[in-house]
Amino acid sequence: MRVVSLAEEDDFEGWRDAARALAGARAPATDISWRVGESVVGLFDAASSQPLPPAATFTVPRAFISLAESVICHSDPERFALLYAMLLRLRDRPAALDDAADPLVQRLERLAKAVRRDIHKMHAFLRFREVATPEGPRYVAWFEPDHHIVRAVAGFFVRRFAGMRWSILTPELSLHWDGEILAEGPGAARGDAPSEDPTEEAWSTYYSAIFNPARLSVGAMLKEMPKKYWKNLPETALVSGMIKEARGREAAMVAASAGTDGKMARAKADLGDTEREGLAAADAAERRLEPGGNALAAWEALLAEAKVCTRCHLYKHATQTVFGEGPLDARIMFIGEQPGDQEDLAGRPFVGPAGQLFDRALVEAGVDRARTYVTNAVKHFKFEPRGKRRIHQKPDGREIEACRWWIEQERMLIRPPVIVALGATAGRSLFGRAVTISRMRGEPHVLPDGEAGEAWVTVHPSFLLRVPDADRKREEYRRFVDDLHRIGERARALA
Amino acid sequence: MSRLDTRQKLAILADAAKYDASCASSGAKRRDSLGGKGIGSTEGMGICHAYAPDGRCISLLKILLTNSCIFDCHYCINRRSSNVRRARFTTAEIVDLTLAFYRRNYIEGLFLSSGIIRSSDYTMEQIVEVARSLREDHDFRGYIHLKTIPDADPELIRRAGLYADRLSINVELPTAEGLKRLAPEKDVRRIEGSMETLKGAIDEGKDAKSRFRSAPAFAPAGQSTQMIVGADGANDGAIIARADTLYRTFRLRRVYYSAFSPIPDASAVLPLRRPPLMREHRLYQADWMLRHYGYRVDELAASTDAAGNLPLDVDPKLAWALAHRALFPLDVNRADREQLLRVPGLGVRAVDRLLAARRQRRLRLEDVARLTVSIAKVRPFLIAADWRPTVLADAIDPRTRPAAEARQLELFAA
Repeated sequence: MRVVSLAEEDDFEGWRDAARALAGARAPATDISWRVGESVVGLFDAASSQPLPPAATFTVPRAFISLAESVICHSDPERFALLYAMLLRLRDRPAALDDAADPLVQRLERLAKAVRRDIHKMHAFLRFREVATPEGPRYVAWFEPDHHIVRAVAGFFVRRFAGMRWSILTPELSLHWDGEILAEGPGAARGDAPSEDPTEEAWSTYYSAIFNPARLSVGAMLKEMPKKYWKNLPETALVSGMIKEARGREAAMVAASAGTDGKMARAKADLGDTEREGLAAADAAERRLEPGGNALAAWEALLAEAKVCTRCHLYKHATQTVFGEGPLDARIMFIGEQPGDQEDLAGRPFVGPAGQLFDRALVEAGVDRARTYVTNAVKHFKFEPRGKRRIHQKPDGREIEACRWWIEQERMLIRPPVIVALGATAGRSLFGRAVTISRMRGEPHVLPDGEAGEAWVTVHPSFLLRVPDADRKREEYRRFVDDLHRIGERARALA
Repeated sequence: MSRLDTRQKLAILADAAKYDASCASSGAKRRDSLGGKGIGSTEGMGICHAYAPDGRCISLLKILLTNSCIFDCHYCINRRSSNVRRARFTTAEIVDLTLAFYRRNYIEGLFLSSGIIRSSDYTMEQIVEVARSLREDHDFRGYIHLKTIPDADPELIRRAGLYADRLSINVELPTAEGLKRLAPEKDVRRIEGSMETLKGAIDEGKDAKSRFRSAPAFAPAGQSTQMIVGADGANDGAIIARADTLYRTFRLRRVYYSAFSPIPDASAVLPLRRPPLMREHRLYQADWMLRHYGYRVDELAASTDAAGNLPLDVDPKLAWALAHRALFPLDVNRADREQLLRVPGLGVRAVDRLLAARRQRRLRLEDVARLTVSIAKVRPFLIAADWRPTVLADAIDPRTRPAAEARQLELFAA
């Protein structure tokens, strides 16, 4: 057994010289014991340090040198022997390193990867603290690497902080840079490094401000910044508090944008019931005066875009887009089917015969149309020309789907507490599925997309115009007015 | 209004900058502070110095010069009509803060953006002044990324390029209609015009550099842009197509996708709910396939669903492979590079290692396993010396696999 002593844990030159000579003599890997520092002769080292054989020359690929330079820094005591085994193999088969599927190559690559990662993390997570000295400020850092990488990273910090005086302290070794010369010192302890720096307050402020609570993803953070590094990072003290707050903060943000301002939403959390009611009333009053900040501008922009909508083919034959109308703080939103002949020409919803009937019913039900928002599930007139007349046609599923986007935008802007679907087409648009009016009318429903507010369903006024029997017509009209009356009551109750 | 100290300003102006997704500090030319009087280096690869609990890396000091703005873009927290607290840094304050953070190894450099105050030119001047002072007064050689203002004077943009490593202009929204509605003061033609100017200047700078070593480098890390996803109606297919056009027309280094997140005091025209973060992730995957795996836009568009969106439950590469089952399984010992790159679970690095290794030996399944992250994922698509897939690729599609029904068995059932 031959013992080879290396000067340091990361003594690449020492290993290379010895390995080159031994591989030249084809000494088997199992015959060599690699030691670091002043070697104590072991129990089984009968024949200890023999002089190395004369160096033979042979070449290895450059990739092996850089691999070996990394692997040498690893803390695994087997690394010297593994590298030597690889070197022997390369002597006979120079391309052996390309065979990444080989277990030895793979093991070496794993070691090198661990070292590269450790180096990268030291570049990233080392933090300097400023100390005042008679010659001016000096920046001192404490870091605990996993592997023997301190000499390997020295170059990076010299290149980066050439114009600064700094020291890096680690348990194994310390480095000192004075602006011109890099000096090595013995290992140090955590207590040798300064324990604080006033700039860390600003850094922590930055760290917590740049974080977006709407995107909390703790796993992704831990993957790249494992907890073992946390004790030396000033900013990580804040993390657990930030995570805890994040969910609450996002909810507050959504609540804040849903009608009140941020301060109010935050304050609401710690109020009693009566106070909360008072706040809601104040909020409602504010909404009437100033509907949603720039809601009007947003609605006008929406209208301008809707005017040139080409989401389905209906725009080709219709005169114009008939968009919804009404105050943006409306408590009730009515959704009809689609504009008819007169609406198409006028450009306003519910002005034809059905619209007139609708107006009459609203008056009888005690609902002020001027305080409601009226719109249609489909915004263009669909018809079949018959002679000089344009005969109304029911919109199909695709057309309803294409137009649903507009309805959603309108709903998002107005956020009415009560939405009423008039007829099956509107019901389909609102619920995203076919609905049976007779089964759903007369009672509130939850909105399928989970938005706040209630959905109601009733018949479309044009249905009343088509009922042939006069008695039944009267009866249906009465039911329609009843529905509207109930809806009006409900809207007042929710206000 | 009371005067704010630097820390309060930092809190306001960093908070306002967090909606910019980019924090990359890569792609810069190698450069260090040896022989200079200052500090700073860039070594090609960026370094993430910290990670926030949102999983995003913190590489640069990312702040706004000011969050006051004369524009009224609906999706932006700093728009004119928003009632956020306003603050403004002086150029000297930003320079000092950058250097103080850099000296302590907190950051790789500065990413400076700003709300528009007074005029585009005035704002751009202030941004350029920060970069100038860092580079000239302090000999700072770290990374600088400047957000350029589309309407600013080309001469100012040229000066910005001389100091900065990377310049960017946000296209903001994937469609021109979206931009018109949500950012009425911005104009897609002006934005693209500025990108064109930048591309010209970057090309010219490269050309000069190739002929004269002493020629100044112009934005050596190129230009990038950002799109907001989910604030308007654009689907994934449209977003990818737009990104591809941008990559090819303006030779952008990166397009960043930022899932719209609910902002405090939002404009009423915006959706209240955020799009799923997974959607943003899928877009980045598709973007990667476009740039590194040789997929074409129409191929990616083919794997979108009826609404034109990428599936959220499987990644786009797997979706594509499942839609093209006829091309698989591939013989790992014979298939060429382009083919292997299309196997879900094989990355660029794994493919290169497979190609190098198969010159040495005929690959068996266990060899492939050593070279890839997950053999279970790639196995159904590959043939190796000792392996043929026995499970059809369909069986691994999570969408076709029947979900196990969780049901308590009845003890006394007949």
